[in-house]
Amino acid sequence: MTDTTHKAAEKTATGAAPAVPVPAPAARKHRVWRGVTPWLFLLAPLALLVTFTYAPIANMVAYSLTDWDGVSPELHYTGVGNYEEIFTRPELFEVFWVSGYYLAASALQIVAALYFATILSFNIRFRNFFKGVLFFPYLINGVAIGFVFLYFFQDGGTLDSVLSLFGVTTDHAWLGTPVSANTSLAGVSMWRYLGLNFVLFLGAIQSIPGELYEAAELDGANRWHQFRYIIAPGIKPVLTLTVILSISGSLSAFEIPYIMTGGATGTETFVIQTVNLAFRFNKTGLASAAAVVLLLIILLVTWVQRRLVPDDKVDLV
Amino acid sequence: MTRHAVSRTLVYLSLIAATVVVLLPLVVVLLTSLKSETEMANSSGALDLPDNLLNFGNYASAFRDGEMLSAFANTAVILLVSIGGTVLIGSMTAYAIDRFTFRFRKLVVALFLVAALVPGVTTQVATFQIVNSFGMFDTLWAPIALYMGTDIVSIYIFLQFVRSIPISLDESARLDGANTFTIYWRIIFPLLKPAIATVVIVKGITVYNDFYIPFLYMPSEDLGVISTSLFRFRGPYAAHWEVISAGAVLVILPTLVVFLSLQRFIYNGFMRGATR
Repeated sequence: MTDTTHKAAEKTATGAAPAVPVPAPAARKHRVWRGVTPWLFLLAPLALLVTFTYAPIANMVAYSLTDWDGVSPELHYTGVGNYEEIFTRPELFEVFWVSGYYLAASALQIVAALYFATILSFNIRFRNFFKGVLFFPYLINGVAIGFVFLYFFQDGGTLDSVLSLFGVTTDHAWLGTPVSANTSLAGVSMWRYLGLNFVLFLGAIQSIPGELYEAAELDGANRWHQFRYIIAPGIKPVLTLTVILSISGSLSAFEIPYIMTGGATGTETFVIQTVNLAFRFNKTGLASAAAVVLLLIILLVTWVQRRLVPDDKVDLV
Repeated sequence: MTRHAVSRTLVYLSLIAATVVVLLPLVVVLLTSLKSETEMANSSGALDLPDNLLNFGNYASAFRDGEMLSAFANTAVILLVSIGGTVLIGSMTAYAIDRFTFRFRKLVVALFLVAALVPGVTTQVATFQIVNSFGMFDTLWAPIALYMGTDIVSIYIFLQFVRSIPISLDESARLDGANTFTIYWRIIFPLLKPAIATVVIVKGITVYNDFYIPFLYMPSEDLGVISTSLFRFRGPYAAHWEVISAGAVLVILPTLVVFLSLQRFIYNGFMRGATR
């Protein structure tokens, strides 16, 4: 759209030029100036983009082929040794299983968010209150959330106290075994991010024209039918976006487990491991290779996802 | 009719259950922050009310010993500079991409688009070396530069708004003798107000809450932002849940105030920010 308007505008401009007696050098100067102008606007953004996104990616790939420790001036080319190490040392790759907990939590979360978005898009009392309550956790600082839930899962903390209200006593350390710790942490992530998905779904549902529901009701459609045939197709683009965000979020889970357990008791995620390799054990080369693997996986997921559900709304210009 | 009533009750019950799940952990932390050390030691249950609802002693110690004042100051500086930068950079990029046809325009667009797919956490190992080589490590400039340099979402938000501003406005300004920069600064930029509000809110919340970047790039204690300063509570107060709770509440409170006063804009901002 804009493209053609631009071209049309340019055509009239150049086409009209000979008719007006403008001195030629001025016109050329004008044209040169016009060619340079967009780059003046793009100078700072492109410099930042290249410095902080593309240069790191290029360097990362380069480091991943070396045994660099991040400090010493010498780095030795080791070929694909680091990659071999990642895929052959099981403990390095094992951390991916932890993502499974977060993936499962994301799936539950999407279902729950969809449910709440649907019911809150209908007429409900105290709607804004419920909306606010569900969304607010997303806005809270991650470290604060970490502490809130450390206390929540503490022995004799919130969870134990609530359970004892119902006569259930546990001497269970919630963050004590890998399975229960990871489940707890994934639960915290669900608590934290439900609101974002919920708001995205709600926005999409509310952008569906209201007459559709009225028409459907006249045709005798019940709430389930309305969901199945109006809401679900209407929010498909947002749903696919959420799925991508959830998968890449699950793979790169960091804050909550790092703050709450520091990666202890089998809760180490891929990013925690990478950060530790790079900044604690000075294995920059190996950490870079790990990061490249993660990046490739996320790009692959996004690509597959886009292929499966072509989304024509995702054009930048 | 009865079936309807039952389903309606179930809907409300699920909403109330969700409310309890969301609020209970927060309320308990608020209660804990008001308890005294002796109360905690006598191991009153987590759900018990504190003896004195106006016991703000823990807040005083959290604020003073946790150096929260300097944390809030550092956060404020980073917020102001990086958000200002993001708004300028984002709007300039959007203006250049939408209003000009130039060589390599498609390439530039593709560069920004592909960058949006790269999650920041994956490249930090290498980004760290670059930040370090600029001598920005352990200064406030590291997070500022990183927040400004990687925000593709805001560029996208601005782009959508610039596109909705009619080109005839630019053209009539040009006829009046305005050059490109005047058009950007006097016409486009002021018309971007709604987009600027969106970007300020979305970016502001992200920056305020970010832990990863300040944690990696600003290890010095006096450069703590609220996330990292709060994180340091783990050490000295390990067993003092009443002080840790007070610190957490101190950090959450500003968010709550902003949220309650700007609710509508915040929802809109996040819907616009994420559905790219």
